[in-house]
Amino acid sequence: MEILVASAIGFLTAAGIYLILRMHSFPVIIGLTFLSYAINLFLFAMGRLAIDRPPIIASGVEGYADPLPQALVLTAIVISFGMTALIVVLALRGFLETGSDRVDERPSPSDSGERYPS
Amino acid sequence: MSHWIVAPIVIPAFAAPLLLLVRRAPHLQRKVSLAATALLLAVGIALYGLAMDGTVRPYFLGSWPAPYGIVLVLDRLSATMVLLTAVLASAVALYSLNGWDEKGHHFHSLFQFQLMGINGALLTGDVFNLFVFFEVMLIASYGLLLHGGGSNRLRAGFQYVAINLVGSTLFLVAVGLIYGVTGTLNMADLAVKVSQVTGDSAAILRTGALLLFLVFALKAALVPLHWWLPTAYAAAPAPSAALFAIMTKVGAYCIIRVFTLIFGADGGAAAFVAAPWILPAALVTLLIGALGVLASRVLVDLVCFAVVWSMGSLLVAVSFFDAQGLTAALYYTLHSTLIGAALFLLSNLIATRRGRWHGLLQPSPSMVQAGLMGGLFFLAAIAMAGLPPLSGFIGKLMILAAAWPSALAGWIWAIVLATSLVVIVGFSRAGTVLFWKSEAVDASHPEPLPEPVRIAPLTAAILLVSGTALLAVFAGPVTRQLEATAQQLLDPAPYIAAVLGEQQTAGLPGRR
Repeated sequence: MEILVASAIGFLTAAGIYLILRMHSFPVIIGLTFLSYAINLFLFAMGRLAIDRPPIIASGVEGYADPLPQALVLTAIVISFGMTALIVVLALRGFLETGSDRVDERPSPSDSGERYPS
Repeated sequence: MSHWIVAPIVIPAFAAPLLLLVRRAPHLQRKVSLAATALLLAVGIALYGLAMDGTVRPYFLGSWPAPYGIVLVLDRLSATMVLLTAVLASAVALYSLNGWDEKGHHFHSLFQFQLMGINGALLTGDVFNLFVFFEVMLIASYGLLLHGGGSNRLRAGFQYVAINLVGSTLFLVAVGLIYGVTGTLNMADLAVKVSQVTGDSAAILRTGALLLFLVFALKAALVPLHWWLPTAYAAAPAPSAALFAIMTKVGAYCIIRVFTLIFGADGGAAAFVAAPWILPAALVTLLIGALGVLASRVLVDLVCFAVVWSMGSLLVAVSFFDAQGLTAALYYTLHSTLIGAALFLLSNLIATRRGRWHGLLQPSPSMVQAGLMGGLFFLAAIAMAGLPPLSGFIGKLMILAAAWPSALAGWIWAIVLATSLVVIVGFSRAGTVLFWKSEAVDASHPEPLPEPVRIAPLTAAILLVSGTALLAVFAGPVTRQLEATAQQLLDPAPYIAAVLGEQQTAGLPGRR
């Protein structure tokens, strides 16, 4: 099980990093999502991999799974979900306003006018 | 246990939803936001007074004992930083009244959420809580960066959000590694447990510590992780950029906190694991920042690179991890936060007075209030570049003095002084173009320039510039306070005892 989980984390991370290094916004977002999946699995595994163990107190059991990493993963999932929604909206608005989804463009000097209130 | 310790988080946390409710009434919104910021300033001063006696005060949320519950800790360092945040926030709130807050309904609520995140990150005594407050701070900063809209901001915003998401991911990896080895995330408890880690686990712990350093270095804009800063801060609205001046310092604060308390002298296998990386990176930061200042063609870009450069100076001082170095770093933190924010505000004030030239460093007809703006810019540039008599000079002197015992003192002195010269050249060139070359253009361009009338934004900039002057005048008492802060940082035993209770730390060997 360790090898399976470890290689899954490694594969997701590799795919995520490859996609983040692409030049267009959509692959970058997918890459960030892959990366956050990998990290959720990783955090989960940090409580040690165990099967059929309850995280909260129950009668008649020998050991417990560590509940703290599960709480951490929940928090991380909520945050990364919100962030993904935000960055999708940003990328869409950016694409609609500029007509390009390249992430490496420098702001043009003619745009500098909108930096200031008139 | 003083309940006021939680107030810097609770006040903005209540003010922000309240501001959402009154978003249709801009005047009421302004009053509420200003009142909440003023209240925060009062609490900041009171907490600083409380922390001045040198005791570490933990605050157990819901009275759950550490390390099981969430704990906030007020010591000299966190009190100083909270006060600095409150001072900066007051000036920025005042500045935002010049019309920036009218460009969207949510400026003030995002502003309060940002303050909540910053104060939480400064006060928390738990690594995972630090992550959560970092996220609160960052989410609010995305909104503040995009405030006002426009394609430029969207593009910069996307890059800023993406880089910070990667940073958050790394933060989680570091938290996971550290938890996997030690089984705790409470900072005081970590400080105890880290020294007992041996064998194979020590390698994982060191990896976790360095990843944590990477995340903080990203926030602190340490080279090579600084590329996001000029794009993001230059695109941000001026009040947001001024408030962001404290965010790079939150990164520096976290480096100081984590690498003195947890991975400090008593860190066992991971003692001072980040120290060898900070100095070279900080020196390169100085070089890149100074080159950026020289190469900038827009005023606000110049300010951004000056901020990167000042982070380099600050982290040079941090890298020694001794009392003198930390004192210098803390003094420089106070100085560079105020002056960085002042320069962002000034660059916006100047740009609004120059019509279609905005912040471009090209000759234009002379602006309204040219004398006043020129004077303020001159003072701010002197302070930033580190010329006497303002606080930048004193800060730089303290950093150079702290570097004296180092083996690399020659290199540090050479790079700090050479880059200061380059920054002086950059600022004097900008000032010359903005204020002195204007006469020549007057005749050929008889078009009228805008005449801003509001007094509040000007007051905010003047307050921030005079803040650095005060920092220079009262350098003696301020430095004595910061020296006590540095001493407190270098002796983590009282901190651990205050959080965990005496009995749990009494039997530990090797604690000073």
